[in-house]
Amino acid sequence: MAEANILLHNPEQASTMREQDLIARVQRGRNELFYELVRPYERRVYAAALAILRNETDAEDAAQEAMLKAFVNIRQFRAEARFSTWLIQITINEALMRRRRERTVVMEGIDDRRDEESDYVPRDFADWREIPSESLERKEVRQKLADALATLDRKYREVFVLRDMEQLNIQETAEALGISVASVKTRLLRARLMLRDLLAAGWEQGWFSRLPFEKGNKPW
Amino acid sequence: MVNNEAVNCERVCREISNYLEGEVDAALRSAMDQHFPACQRCSSVLEGMRNVIRLYSDERMMEVPAGFGRRLEKKLAQNVRVHGTRWSTWSAWLVPVAALVLFAGGLRLANSLTAAPPLKSEHAQPGEGIPPDMLVVVTSGAKVFHAAGCDFIHNKQTERTLTAKQAMREGYVPCLRCMREYLHTAVAGHLALEVEAAAETDTDEDNMQERGQ
Repeated sequence: MAEANILLHNPEQASTMREQDLIARVQRGRNELFYELVRPYERRVYAAALAILRNETDAEDAAQEAMLKAFVNIRQFRAEARFSTWLIQITINEALMRRRRERTVVMEGIDDRRDEESDYVPRDFADWREIPSESLERKEVRQKLADALATLDRKYREVFVLRDMEQLNIQETAEALGISVASVKTRLLRARLMLRDLLAAGWEQGWFSRLPFEKGNKPW
Repeated sequence: MVNNEAVNCERVCREISNYLEGEVDAALRSAMDQHFPACQRCSSVLEGMRNVIRLYSDERMMEVPAGFGRRLEKKLAQNVRVHGTRWSTWSAWLVPVAALVLFAGGLRLANSLTAAPPLKSEHAQPGEGIPPDMLVVVTSGAKVFHAAGCDFIHNKQTERTLTAKQAMREGYVPCLRCMREYLHTAVAGHLALEVEAAAETDTDEDNMQERGQ
Protein backbone atom coordinates (compact mmCIF):
# COMPACT_ATOMS: atom_id res chain seq x y z
CA MET A 1 0.00 0.00 0.00
CA ALA A 2 1.31 3.41 -1.00
CA GLU A 3 0.56 5.09 2.29
CA ALA A 4 2.63 2.55 4.16
CA ASN A 5 5.74 3.88 2.43
CA ILE A 6 5.47 7.42 3.71
CA LEU A 7 8.31 8.38 6.00
CA LEU A 8 8.77 5.08 7.68
CA HIS A 9 11.83 6.44 9.43
CA ASN A 10 9.69 8.87 11.40
CA PRO A 11 6.61 7.16 12.81
CA GLU A 12 5.32 10.35 14.35
CA GLN A 13 5.25 12.37 11.20
CA ALA A 14 4.21 9.37 9.21
CA SER A 15 1.22 8.95 11.47
CA THR A 16 0.12 12.57 10.98
CA MET A 17 0.58 12.40 7.25
CA ARG A 18 -1.17 9.12 7.10
CA GLU A 19 -4.14 10.53 8.96
CA GLN A 20 -4.28 13.60 6.71
CA ASP A 21 -3.99 11.39 3.70
CA LEU A 22 -6.78 9.12 4.93
CA ILE A 23 -9.03 12.12 5.63
CA ALA A 24 -8.43 13.49 2.16
CA ARG A 25 -9.19 10.14 0.58
CA VAL A 26 -12.40 9.66 2.54
CA GLN A 27 -13.42 13.21 1.68
CA ARG A 28 -12.94 12.35 -1.97
CA GLY A 29 -15.24 9.37 -1.64
CA ARG A 30 -13.02 6.50 -0.48
CA ASN A 31 -15.64 5.61 2.10
CA GLU A 32 -14.24 2.19 2.80
CA LEU A 33 -11.21 3.83 4.44
CA PHE A 34 -13.26 5.56 7.09
CA TYR A 35 -12.99 2.87 9.72
CA GLU A 36 -9.24 2.82 9.36
CA LEU A 37 -9.28 6.56 9.97
CA VAL A 38 -11.34 6.44 13.14
CA ARG A 39 -10.11 3.21 14.61
CA PRO A 40 -7.29 4.79 16.66
CA TYR A 41 -9.90 6.91 18.42
CA GLU A 42 -12.60 4.37 19.12
CA ARG A 43 -11.68 4.07 22.78
CA ARG A 44 -11.74 7.80 23.33
CA VAL A 45 -15.06 8.11 21.54
CA TYR A 46 -16.57 5.37 23.66
CA ALA A 47 -15.17 6.84 26.89
CA ALA A 48 -16.63 10.27 26.07
CA ALA A 49 -20.05 8.78 25.41
CA LEU A 50 -19.86 6.67 28.56
CA ALA A 51 -18.97 9.68 30.70
CA ILE A 52 -22.19 11.34 29.67
CA LEU A 53 -24.57 8.41 29.37
CA ARG A 54 -23.20 6.14 32.12
CA ASN A 55 -24.55 3.03 30.53
CA GLU A 56 -22.47 0.73 28.37
CA THR A 57 -25.14 -0.10 25.82
CA ASP A 58 -26.23 3.51 25.40
CA ALA A 59 -22.61 4.62 25.18
CA GLU A 60 -21.87 2.10 22.47
CA ASP A 61 -24.92 3.12 20.47
CA ALA A 62 -24.01 6.78 20.83
CA ALA A 63 -20.40 6.08 19.86
CA GLN A 64 -21.49 4.26 16.72
CA GLU A 65 -23.94 6.99 15.81
CA ALA A 66 -21.31 9.66 16.39
CA MET A 67 -18.91 7.85 14.08
CA LEU A 68 -21.62 7.73 11.42
CA LYS A 69 -22.24 11.45 11.81
CA ALA A 70 -18.54 12.08 11.49
CA PHE A 71 -18.58 10.04 8.30
CA VAL A 72 -21.55 11.94 6.85
CA ASN A 73 -19.96 15.28 7.78
CA ILE A 74 -16.37 14.41 6.91
CA ARG A 75 -16.29 17.01 4.14
CA GLN A 76 -16.91 19.73 6.71
CA PHE A 77 -13.79 18.80 8.59
CA ARG A 78 -11.05 21.38 8.11
CA ALA A 79 -7.40 20.50 8.38
CA GLU A 80 -6.64 23.24 10.91
CA ALA A 81 -8.60 21.33 13.55
CA ARG A 82 -7.38 18.22 15.31
CA PHE A 83 -9.33 15.29 13.93
CA SER A 84 -9.57 13.58 17.30
CA THR A 85 -11.07 16.68 18.94
CA TRP A 86 -13.53 17.09 16.13
CA LEU A 87 -14.59 13.48 16.58
CA ILE A 88 -14.91 13.81 20.36
CA GLN A 89 -17.03 16.93 20.01
CA ILE A 90 -19.40 15.17 17.66
CA THR A 91 -19.62 12.33 20.19
CA ILE A 92 -20.41 14.68 23.03
CA ASN A 93 -23.11 16.40 20.99
CA GLU A 94 -24.61 13.03 20.22
CA ALA A 95 -24.47 11.83 23.83
CA LEU A 96 -25.90 15.07 25.22
CA MET A 97 -28.68 14.96 22.67
CA ARG A 98 -29.56 11.41 23.67
CA ARG A 99 -29.56 12.28 27.31
CA ARG A 100 -31.90 15.20 26.73
CA ARG A 101 -34.18 13.05 24.61
CA GLU A 102 -34.33 10.18 27.03
CA ARG A 103 -34.69 12.20 30.16
CA THR A 104 -38.01 13.99 29.92
CA VAL A 105 -37.90 14.60 33.64
CA VAL A 106 -34.52 15.94 34.69
CA MET A 107 -33.25 13.87 37.56
CA GLU A 108 -29.76 15.22 37.78
CA GLY A 109 -28.35 18.69 37.60
CA ILE A 110 -31.01 20.51 39.57
CA ASP A 111 -28.34 21.91 41.84
CA ASP A 112 -26.02 22.82 38.98
CA ARG A 113 -25.62 26.39 40.14
CA ARG A 114 -25.39 25.97 43.86
CA ASP A 115 -22.19 24.40 45.01
CA GLU A 116 -19.77 25.98 42.59
CA GLU A 117 -19.63 28.87 44.96
CA SER A 118 -18.81 26.97 48.10
CA ASP A 119 -15.24 25.88 48.68
CA TYR A 120 -14.28 22.26 48.86
CA VAL A 121 -11.77 21.55 51.58
CA PRO A 122 -9.40 18.74 50.66
CA ARG A 123 -8.57 16.11 53.22
CA ASP A 124 -5.48 16.68 55.24
CA PHE A 125 -2.63 14.22 54.82
CA ALA A 126 0.90 14.56 56.02
CA ASP A 127 2.18 13.13 52.75
CA TRP A 128 0.77 11.99 49.47
CA ARG A 129 1.45 8.35 48.75
CA GLU A 130 2.11 8.02 45.07
CA ILE A 131 -0.08 5.54 43.26
CA PRO A 132 2.06 4.06 40.51
CA SER A 133 0.76 3.91 36.97
CA GLU A 134 1.77 0.24 36.87
CA SER A 135 -1.11 -0.54 39.19
CA LEU A 136 -3.39 0.20 36.22
CA GLU A 137 -2.38 -3.18 34.86
CA ARG A 138 -4.77 -4.61 37.38
CA LYS A 139 -8.36 -4.76 36.27
CA GLU A 140 -9.67 -4.27 39.78
CA VAL A 141 -7.65 -1.07 40.19
CA ARG A 142 -9.04 0.32 36.94
CA GLN A 143 -12.49 -0.64 38.12
CA LYS A 144 -12.00 1.12 41.46
CA LEU A 145 -10.83 4.25 39.71
CA ALA A 146 -13.78 4.11 37.35
CA ASP A 147 -16.10 3.64 40.33
CA ALA A 148 -14.57 6.62 42.11
CA LEU A 149 -15.12 8.75 39.03
CA ALA A 150 -18.70 7.52 38.76
CA THR A 151 -19.48 8.82 42.24
CA LEU A 152 -18.82 12.42 41.18
CA ASP A 153 -21.76 14.59 40.29
CA ARG A 154 -22.36 14.81 36.59
CA LYS A 155 -21.08 18.34 36.20
CA TYR A 156 -17.73 17.48 37.75
CA ARG A 157 -17.39 14.14 36.06
CA GLU A 158 -18.01 15.48 32.57
CA VAL A 159 -15.50 18.29 32.85
CA PHE A 160 -12.90 15.97 34.32
CA VAL A 161 -13.36 13.32 31.63
CA LEU A 162 -13.14 15.81 28.79
CA ARG A 163 -10.14 17.68 30.12
CA ASP A 164 -8.10 15.02 31.88
CA MET A 165 -9.02 11.85 30.06
CA GLU A 166 -9.95 13.08 26.59
CA GLN A 167 -7.32 15.81 26.74
CA LEU A 168 -9.49 18.58 25.33
CA ASN A 169 -8.24 21.96 26.49
CA ILE A 170 -10.23 24.19 28.81
CA GLN A 171 -11.75 26.20 25.98
CA GLU A 172 -12.74 23.11 24.02
CA THR A 173 -14.26 21.56 27.13
CA ALA A 174 -16.30 24.70 27.74
CA GLU A 175 -17.53 24.72 24.14
CA ALA A 176 -18.33 21.03 24.10
CA LEU A 177 -20.45 21.27 27.24
CA GLY A 178 -21.89 24.72 26.54
CA ILE A 179 -20.60 26.21 29.80
CA SER A 180 -18.23 29.06 30.58
CA VAL A 181 -14.47 28.74 30.83
CA ALA A 182 -14.71 29.89 34.44
CA SER A 183 -17.15 27.06 35.22
CA VAL A 184 -14.83 24.54 33.63
CA LYS A 185 -11.98 25.72 35.83
CA THR A 186 -14.03 25.64 39.02
CA ARG A 187 -15.47 22.23 38.30
CA LEU A 188 -12.12 20.85 37.29
CA LEU A 189 -10.59 21.97 40.56
CA ARG A 190 -13.39 20.36 42.49
CA ALA A 191 -13.32 17.13 40.51
CA ARG A 192 -9.56 16.74 40.89
CA LEU A 193 -9.70 17.45 44.62
CA MET A 194 -12.53 15.01 45.19
CA LEU A 195 -10.79 12.27 43.21
CA ARG A 196 -7.61 12.83 45.16
CA ASP A 197 -9.52 12.30 48.36
CA LEU A 198 -11.28 9.23 47.00
CA LEU A 199 -7.99 7.71 45.90
CA ALA A 200 -6.44 8.43 49.27
CA ALA A 201 -9.35 6.62 50.86
CA GLY A 202 -8.64 3.80 48.40
CA TRP A 203 -5.07 3.56 49.67
CA GLU A 204 -6.42 3.04 53.12
CA GLN A 205 -8.58 0.22 51.80
CA GLY A 206 -5.62 -1.39 50.06
CA TRP A 207 -6.60 -0.88 46.40
CA PHE A 208 -3.08 -0.03 45.32
CA SER A 209 -0.92 -1.55 47.95
CA ARG A 210 0.28 -4.62 46.13
CA LEU A 211 1.33 -5.18 42.58
CA PRO A 212 0.71 -8.69 41.30
CA PHE A 213 4.30 -9.19 40.14
CA GLU A 214 7.12 -7.18 38.76
CA LYS A 215 7.54 -6.91 35.02
CA GLY A 216 9.43 -9.86 33.68
CA ASN A 217 8.88 -12.10 36.67
CA LYS A 218 6.49 -14.94 36.53
CA PRO A 219 3.91 -14.96 39.28
CA TRP A 220 4.35 -18.64 39.83
CA MET B 1 -0.65 25.68 58.14
CA VAL B 2 2.08 27.87 56.80
CA ASN B 3 1.23 31.34 55.76
CA ASN B 4 3.46 32.69 53.14
CA GLU B 5 3.45 36.46 52.92
CA ALA B 6 2.32 36.48 49.37
CA VAL B 7 -0.18 33.64 49.31
CA ASN B 8 -2.01 31.58 51.91
CA CYS B 9 -3.12 27.94 51.87
CA GLU B 10 -6.69 28.79 51.03
CA ARG B 11 -5.65 30.72 47.96
CA VAL B 12 -3.17 28.02 46.94
CA CYS B 13 -5.85 25.38 47.21
CA ARG B 14 -8.24 27.42 45.11
CA GLU B 15 -5.65 27.99 42.39
CA ILE B 16 -3.91 24.65 42.48
CA SER B 17 -5.72 23.21 39.49
CA ASN B 18 -5.12 26.39 37.47
CA TYR B 19 -1.49 26.20 38.52
CA LEU B 20 -1.22 22.74 36.95
CA GLU B 21 -2.91 24.08 33.84
CA GLY B 22 -0.37 26.88 33.59
CA GLU B 23 -3.26 29.29 33.97
CA VAL B 24 -1.98 31.47 36.78
CA ASP B 25 -0.05 34.68 36.22
CA ALA B 26 3.67 34.85 36.81
CA ALA B 27 3.44 36.57 40.20
CA LEU B 28 1.02 34.01 41.59
CA ARG B 29 3.00 31.13 40.13
CA SER B 30 6.13 32.35 41.78
CA ALA B 31 4.35 32.84 45.10
CA MET B 32 2.96 29.32 44.86
CA ASP B 33 6.35 27.91 43.89
CA GLN B 34 7.69 29.38 47.10
CA HIS B 35 4.75 28.19 49.13
CA PHE B 36 4.84 24.49 48.24
CA PRO B 37 8.23 23.55 49.70
CA ALA B 38 7.28 25.32 52.90
CA CYS B 39 3.83 23.76 53.28
CA GLN B 40 3.41 20.03 53.53
CA ARG B 41 -0.34 20.19 53.32
CA CYS B 42 -0.45 22.14 50.07
CA SER B 43 2.31 20.07 48.51
CA SER B 44 0.39 16.94 49.43
CA VAL B 45 -2.64 18.36 47.62
CA LEU B 46 -0.47 19.16 44.61
CA GLU B 47 1.12 15.71 44.51
CA GLY B 48 -2.23 14.02 44.87
CA MET B 49 -3.73 16.06 42.09
CA ARG B 50 -0.85 15.29 39.74
CA ASN B 51 -1.23 11.64 40.60
CA VAL B 52 -4.95 11.74 39.83
CA ILE B 53 -4.33 13.36 36.45
CA ARG B 54 -1.54 10.95 35.57
CA LEU B 55 -3.63 7.91 36.40
CA TYR B 56 -6.82 8.94 34.69
CA SER B 57 -5.09 10.23 31.57
CA ASP B 58 -3.54 6.81 31.08
CA GLU B 59 -5.04 5.12 28.08
CA ARG B 60 -5.51 1.94 30.07
CA MET B 61 -8.36 3.78 31.80
CA MET B 62 -10.30 3.77 28.54
CA GLU B 63 -11.66 0.34 27.98
CA VAL B 64 -14.25 -0.69 25.46
CA PRO B 65 -16.57 -3.65 25.82
CA ALA B 66 -15.49 -6.88 24.14
CA GLY B 67 -16.32 -6.88 20.43
CA PHE B 68 -16.77 -3.12 20.30
CA GLY B 69 -14.45 -2.59 17.34
CA ARG B 70 -15.97 -5.43 15.36
CA ARG B 71 -19.50 -4.13 15.88
CA LEU B 72 -18.46 -0.61 14.99
CA GLU B 73 -16.76 -1.70 11.81
CA LYS B 74 -19.80 -3.67 10.81
CA LYS B 75 -22.15 -0.79 11.48
CA LEU B 76 -19.99 1.56 9.46
CA ALA B 77 -19.72 -0.87 6.59
CA GLN B 78 -23.49 -1.25 6.45
CA ASN B 79 -24.12 2.46 6.47
CA VAL B 80 -21.41 3.34 4.04
CA ARG B 81 -23.22 1.01 1.69
CA VAL B 82 -26.56 2.66 2.32
CA HIS B 83 -25.11 6.10 1.64
CA GLY B 84 -23.49 4.86 -1.51
CA THR B 85 -26.87 4.24 -3.09
CA ARG B 86 -27.74 7.89 -2.71
CA TRP B 87 -24.67 9.24 -4.36
CA SER B 88 -25.31 8.92 -8.05
CA THR B 89 -21.62 9.18 -8.99
CA TRP B 90 -20.88 6.34 -6.72
CA SER B 91 -23.71 3.99 -7.33
CA ALA B 92 -22.07 2.22 -10.25
CA TRP B 93 -19.24 1.23 -7.93
CA LEU B 94 -21.54 0.06 -5.21
CA VAL B 95 -21.15 -3.66 -5.59
CA PRO B 96 -17.35 -3.87 -5.98
CA VAL B 97 -16.77 -1.31 -3.23
CA ALA B 98 -19.13 -3.03 -0.84
CA ALA B 99 -17.31 -6.26 -1.53
CA LEU B 100 -14.02 -4.50 -0.91
CA VAL B 101 -15.30 -3.14 2.37
CA LEU B 102 -16.25 -6.60 3.53
CA PHE B 103 -12.99 -8.05 2.27
CA ALA B 104 -10.91 -5.28 3.82
CA GLY B 105 -12.85 -5.68 7.02
CA GLY B 106 -12.00 -9.33 7.16
CA LEU B 107 -8.36 -8.64 6.41
CA ARG B 108 -8.18 -5.95 9.03
CA LEU B 109 -9.75 -8.20 11.57
CA ALA B 110 -7.18 -10.83 10.78
CA ASN B 111 -4.35 -8.29 10.75
CA SER B 112 -5.42 -6.76 13.99
CA LEU B 113 -4.55 -9.98 15.72
CA THR B 114 -0.93 -9.81 14.70
CA ALA B 115 0.02 -6.29 13.60
CA ALA B 116 1.77 -4.20 16.23
CA PRO B 117 0.91 -0.50 16.28
CA PRO B 118 3.82 1.63 15.08
CA LEU B 119 3.57 3.97 18.06
CA LYS B 120 3.79 3.11 21.73
CA SER B 121 0.43 4.72 22.28
CA GLU B 122 -2.53 3.44 20.36
CA HIS B 123 -4.39 6.75 20.34
CA ALA B 124 -1.42 9.02 20.11
CA GLN B 125 -1.73 12.56 19.00
CA PRO B 126 0.86 13.02 16.32
CA GLY B 127 2.90 16.17 16.81
CA GLU B 128 3.83 18.64 14.12
CA GLY B 129 6.80 20.90 13.72
CA ILE B 130 8.67 19.55 16.72
CA PRO B 131 12.30 20.63 16.23
CA PRO B 132 14.15 17.34 15.66
CA ASP B 133 17.11 18.42 17.75
CA MET B 134 15.05 19.56 20.72
CA LEU B 135 16.16 17.72 23.84
CA VAL B 136 13.35 15.81 25.45
CA VAL B 137 12.97 13.40 28.32
CA VAL B 138 11.62 9.87 28.37
CA THR B 139 11.28 7.45 31.24
CA SER B 140 11.09 3.71 31.34
CA GLY B 141 7.68 2.15 31.02
CA ALA B 142 6.18 5.38 29.68
CA LYS B 143 4.95 6.09 26.18
CA VAL B 144 5.38 9.82 25.95
CA PHE B 145 8.26 12.22 25.77
CA HIS B 146 8.32 15.46 27.69
CA ALA B 147 10.07 18.79 27.84
CA ALA B 148 12.48 18.71 30.76
CA GLY B 149 10.72 19.80 33.94
CA CYS B 150 7.20 18.86 32.78
CA ASP B 151 4.89 18.25 35.71
CA PHE B 152 3.70 14.96 34.29
CA ILE B 153 6.88 12.97 34.06
CA HIS B 154 6.34 9.69 35.80
CA ASN B 155 9.14 7.54 37.19
CA LYS B 156 11.60 10.43 37.23
CA GLN B 157 14.47 8.34 38.50
CA THR B 158 14.59 6.55 35.13
CA GLU B 159 14.77 9.77 33.09
CA ARG B 160 16.73 9.64 29.86
CA THR B 161 17.44 12.68 27.72
CA LEU B 162 17.54 12.39 23.96
CA THR B 163 16.55 14.37 20.88
CA ALA B 164 12.93 14.63 19.86
CA LYS B 165 13.83 12.94 16.60
CA GLN B 166 15.27 9.95 18.40
CA ALA B 167 12.33 9.79 20.81
CA MET B 168 9.90 9.73 17.92
CA ARG B 169 11.99 7.11 16.14
CA GLU B 170 11.68 4.95 19.23
CA GLY B 171 7.92 5.32 19.04
CA TYR B 172 7.42 7.81 21.83
CA VAL B 173 4.64 10.34 21.35
CA PRO B 174 4.57 13.95 22.55
CA CYS B 175 3.14 14.70 25.99
CA LEU B 176 -0.29 16.19 25.55
CA ARG B 177 0.47 18.85 28.09
CA CYS B 178 4.01 20.16 27.76
CA MET B 179 4.11 19.51 24.00
CA ARG B 180 0.67 20.87 23.32
CA GLU B 181 1.93 23.69 21.13
CA TYR B 182 3.03 21.09 18.61
CA LEU B 183 -0.30 19.38 18.40
CA HIS B 184 -2.98 20.63 16.06
CA THR B 185 -5.03 23.34 17.66
CA ALA B 186 -8.56 22.23 17.59
CA VAL B 187 -11.00 24.70 16.20
CA ALA B 188 -13.79 22.35 15.43
CA GLY B 189 -16.30 25.17 15.42
CA HIS B 190 -19.96 24.55 15.15
CA LEU B 191 -20.92 21.39 13.46
CA ALA B 192 -24.05 21.11 11.47
CA LEU B 193 -24.98 17.56 12.10
CA GLU B 194 -27.75 16.88 9.68
CA VAL B 195 -27.69 13.18 9.23
CA GLU B 196 -29.91 11.62 6.73
CA ALA B 197 -31.96 9.00 8.41
CA ALA B 198 -29.96 6.11 7.16
CA ALA B 199 -32.15 3.08 6.68
CA GLU B 200 -31.75 0.94 9.76
CA THR B 201 -30.54 -2.41 8.64
CA ASP B 202 -29.00 -3.21 11.96
CA THR B 203 -31.25 -6.02 13.00
CA ASP B 204 -29.04 -8.94 12.16
CA GLU B 205 -28.71 -11.63 14.70
CA ASP B 206 -24.94 -11.66 14.60
CA ASN B 207 -24.87 -8.30 16.20
CA MET B 208 -27.23 -9.38 18.91
CA GLN B 209 -25.23 -12.49 19.55
CA GLU B 210 -22.00 -10.56 19.80
CA ARG B 211 -23.50 -8.25 22.35
CA GLY B 212 -24.78 -11.17 24.33
CA GLN B 213 -21.31 -12.64 24.67
